[in-house]
Amino acid sequence: MDDRVQDRDWIVGNVVIQDPTGLHARPAVKLTKLAKSFASAVEISANRGTDWINAKSPNAVMKLKAAHGLPLHIRAAGEDARAAVDALVALVDRDFHD
Amino acid sequence: MTDRAAGERSFKGIGVSGGIASGPLHRLAETAATPWRGFTTLEEETALFRQALASARGRIEAAISAQDRLAGEILEFQLALLEDDEFLAPVHRALAGGMPADKAWVWVLDAEIADYRKGGGILAERAADLADLKTRVLRAIQGQEAETAPLPDGAIIVAGDLIPSAFLELDWSRIGGAATLGGSPTSHVAILARARGVNLVVGLAADLDALPQGAPAILDAERGILVVNPGAGMVASMQDRLAVASEDGKAIAALIRRPAVTAAGERVQALLNIDEPGLLDTLDPGICDSVGLTRTEFLFASGLPDEEEQFAFYSRLIRWAGERPVTIRTLDAGGDKPVPGLTVDSEANPFLGLRGLRLSLARPEVFRVQLRALARAAVLGPLKVMVPMVTVPAEFAAVREMLRAEIADLQRVGVACAMPPLGMMVEVPAAALTAASFDADFYSIGSNDLIQYVTAAARDNAGLTALADPANPAVLELIGRVVETGRRRGVEVSLCGDMASTPAHVGLLLDRGLRALSCAPAQIGPVKLAVSRYGQGNRSGHHGEDHGGR
Repeated sequence: MDDRVQDRDWIVGNVVIQDPTGLHARPAVKLTKLAKSFASAVEISANRGTDWINAKSPNAVMKLKAAHGLPLHIRAAGEDARAAVDALVALVDRDFHD
Repeated sequence: MTDRAAGERSFKGIGVSGGIASGPLHRLAETAATPWRGFTTLEEETALFRQALASARGRIEAAISAQDRLAGEILEFQLALLEDDEFLAPVHRALAGGMPADKAWVWVLDAEIADYRKGGGILAERAADLADLKTRVLRAIQGQEAETAPLPDGAIIVAGDLIPSAFLELDWSRIGGAATLGGSPTSHVAILARARGVNLVVGLAADLDALPQGAPAILDAERGILVVNPGAGMVASMQDRLAVASEDGKAIAALIRRPAVTAAGERVQALLNIDEPGLLDTLDPGICDSVGLTRTEFLFASGLPDEEEQFAFYSRLIRWAGERPVTIRTLDAGGDKPVPGLTVDSEANPFLGLRGLRLSLARPEVFRVQLRALARAAVLGPLKVMVPMVTVPAEFAAVREMLRAEIADLQRVGVACAMPPLGMMVEVPAAALTAASFDADFYSIGSNDLIQYVTAAARDNAGLTALADPANPAVLELIGRVVETGRRRGVEVSLCGDMASTPAHVGLLLDRGLRALSCAPAQIGPVKLAVSRYGQGNRSGHHGEDHGGR
């Protein structure tokens, strides 16, 4: 995305995916719903933390193919960035349970 | 395909679930081959596209209620995509570039579907959902939404393919069944159909033109056959089976969530075999007394799983089962179940080779990981652990020792864990003959291997099927002995091979004193029914098995 500022102040968090099948459809949907509830830009990245994708897009999150047992990097920028990162980390940490 | 009575034609496919039904053929409207609409104005195209999205959203939301987890997953993902701005952005760009809404949607979706297919794994599994969504929105844009006209009662639906969301919209209580030309027994629709007991045949070798709207038909999902314009002979024989099937179906519906009891009132434990995690999404644990066998081979399908991955699945399974005991079998690789990087592939006779527990003991570094994950899961609920392919007591003692060592290790670092009851599979004749000399907390008879070892007839050799007979007196004798050993030692004995999933064999097993049968999920109803008829005065009134001679 060209409108994405590369050098803005990102708040970063890391978490490991617990679900044996990885980030499949239902967790992906839960994650994007939660991300959408924050005003900040929220992005995630699998494995090495290089390619970031929009955490508010279920299509993009699904295509990330984030696998079980691997770290998921989460970052957010904006006024509620800290809360967004904490909430997403907590969601993945509790294996997407409500 | 064969021609018999005038106009009677029979088509072969793959039976997925259910039994027999008869009714008029009903062809579902196929996806439009309509030419693209002409471009109007950007405002109009955008408005049309938005309306189509809203209409699709409304219909999916209506179907989403009262569905099980898999259905919910399919529908919720589609719903989320309809609200994904990033996903929809290329469509809007195409509209702005002067492309009509229907063409723009298909163009973008086709590219996404190709992407998902290329992605493999869980992504490729979702390609069908995108194709589903593509069809639904396309129809809405072109103003030809799927029919809402009522289907004739008991209709047999025929279609090129059936998409999951269309499947979920249909009222299956009023429909006889469905046959599709495409589809596979492992597709989402197949899983949904099995969970609902829908009569479904896929991969039908037929031309849609040979399946006229409204023609009388018989769908036999047990044998994977669709008969169009059946002759009098066919109708009579099917009606006979239908009567039995409908009677059995009613009886099964009445007893599937109740404890299994023989006609004489004796309680029989109905256990469940679990072999893949997807089952948990669609199965009601209320149909079983406990989980009698969990095959863990699927965890090893793409390399060796670590402790956390195993623990995650074991915990999920225990949570799903609630109060019910869950028996998990340690890895049973080798024989006909190779695991890359673990099993040996140079064996001349793999069924008599390094398999099951033998392989686990030869690769302790892999086995310990599974034992640790199991010991940790044992604090979450009534977990039982069993080991496959045990031959002599020393092997079993070695497992107990390893389990103790792992528990001591976990306790040292303060990880919650517990010692689960440890049982053994009885499938090697030597173990069956000497079961009393093993320090097992329970026995589970693996009839598939026991039969092949007792009759010296390989399971995978189709030419020896007649010899590999579950009713061979030597097999039944060994089963009876293990049951007797369990009774004397005061430990539970169950049987988890195909015999326990076959209603025709239930009587033989109960005759030998066995009172715990672990069955495949789809068979637990028919098996409970067979149990309920066991010991009825007139055993010949026991129908269902003799028809049609398979």
